[in-house]
Amino acid sequence: MQRTILDLWVGAFVVAGIAALVVLALKVGNLSTYNVSETYQLSAYFTNVGGLKPTASVRSAGVLVGRVNSIVLDTDRYEAKVTISVDKRYQFPKDTFANILTSGLLGEQYIGLIPGGDEETLQDGGVFRKTQSAMVLEDLIGKFLFSQADSKE
Amino acid sequence: MPLIKSVQGVGHRVVDSIWRLGVAARFLSMTLLQSGMSFRRFHLIVKEMFSSGVMSLIIIGVAGLFVGMVLGLQGFETLKRYGSESALGSLVALSLVRELGPVLAALLFASRAGSAMTAEIGLMKATEQISAMEMMAVSPIARVVAPRFWAGVISMPLLAALFSAMGVFGGYVVGVVMIGVDEGSFWSQMQASVDFRDDIINGVIKSFVFGVAVTVIALFEGFDAPPTAEGVSGATTRTVVESSLAILMLDFILTAFMFRGV
Repeated sequence: MQRTILDLWVGAFVVAGIAALVVLALKVGNLSTYNVSETYQLSAYFTNVGGLKPTASVRSAGVLVGRVNSIVLDTDRYEAKVTISVDKRYQFPKDTFANILTSGLLGEQYIGLIPGGDEETLQDGGVFRKTQSAMVLEDLIGKFLFSQADSKE
Repeated sequence: MPLIKSVQGVGHRVVDSIWRLGVAARFLSMTLLQSGMSFRRFHLIVKEMFSSGVMSLIIIGVAGLFVGMVLGLQGFETLKRYGSESALGSLVALSLVRELGPVLAALLFASRAGSAMTAEIGLMKATEQISAMEMMAVSPIARVVAPRFWAGVISMPLLAALFSAMGVFGGYVVGVVMIGVDEGSFWSQMQASVDFRDDIINGVIKSFVFGVAVTVIALFEGFDAPPTAEGVSGATTRTVVESSLAILMLDFILTAFMFRGV
């Protein structure tokens, strides 16, 4: 079949379109951060997860170490069970603290891991024993108002 | 009786538009049935992709860039009040990938490529080229309509993706380079909020549906145009009006399906 200059332009157009999709997927979307090499599963119970969502990041000392897999309500304890997958390269002591934190005032919520001093590490399927729930603004305001009222008396 | 006349006129127009809708549906199914030939002779599709897709590149790219820059400016002004300028990246990217990219690219495509398709086919009909093809036992739907249809359907998602990518770049230029939002938080907030399947793939599906709607309307209006100068000009106008309305209505329906309560 004869090649024309027109085919070249259409080919360039298709390549540009697909390149735009790839850029959107990798640079704009979170496709590149989904498959963090090999991971293991850990879970934590929180009394309140606030605005935490699946695929939220898990950070330790500010470094991305994993992602939130699922958030379900455990009806045995009536607490939220958050399952996270952590990169195999990182091991955490058994008494690691799992906190739900917010980046900035209106930013995304993420799980921050603060390692303890235990010599044994959490294995696949392990559970964090110490957790701290999300900061709920209404609760904070409520506490503040109560403490104001107390100090007045 | 002028009253009866006007009621009759309304009824006539309603029946007529339902009639045309039925013919358009038959036209679409005939196009789909007879598109085998255009895939075997793929250079026909390539030729039409050049005139509808490649020639729309400049308008799509420039429009996307400026829409992204406006989003960057306006978003910054609004977010600054809440001290969360770092969320600018996710605002620009989400509004482009979910809505503005597919919808604006389809509106531009309808007015740039759709109107040209209608005028071309309408003139082919007016100059009896379509009848000549039928005389030679060449199906004009297989030879003229189907390649244009598939060229539009393939081009539309690519153009929408380019629009969104250029828009994100425009938002980056205004937000990060000119205003000075932190570059790291711009990209990381964007990546944290834009999901590949929920946002990007849904945007591609939207633009695919818009591509089908715009090209079917443009081709049908051209094929159905009265073979006069006035008829072709009226058909071109109707293409732009009808496809713009169809895009906006379909966008609402698709959005209601895709993003309910997420």
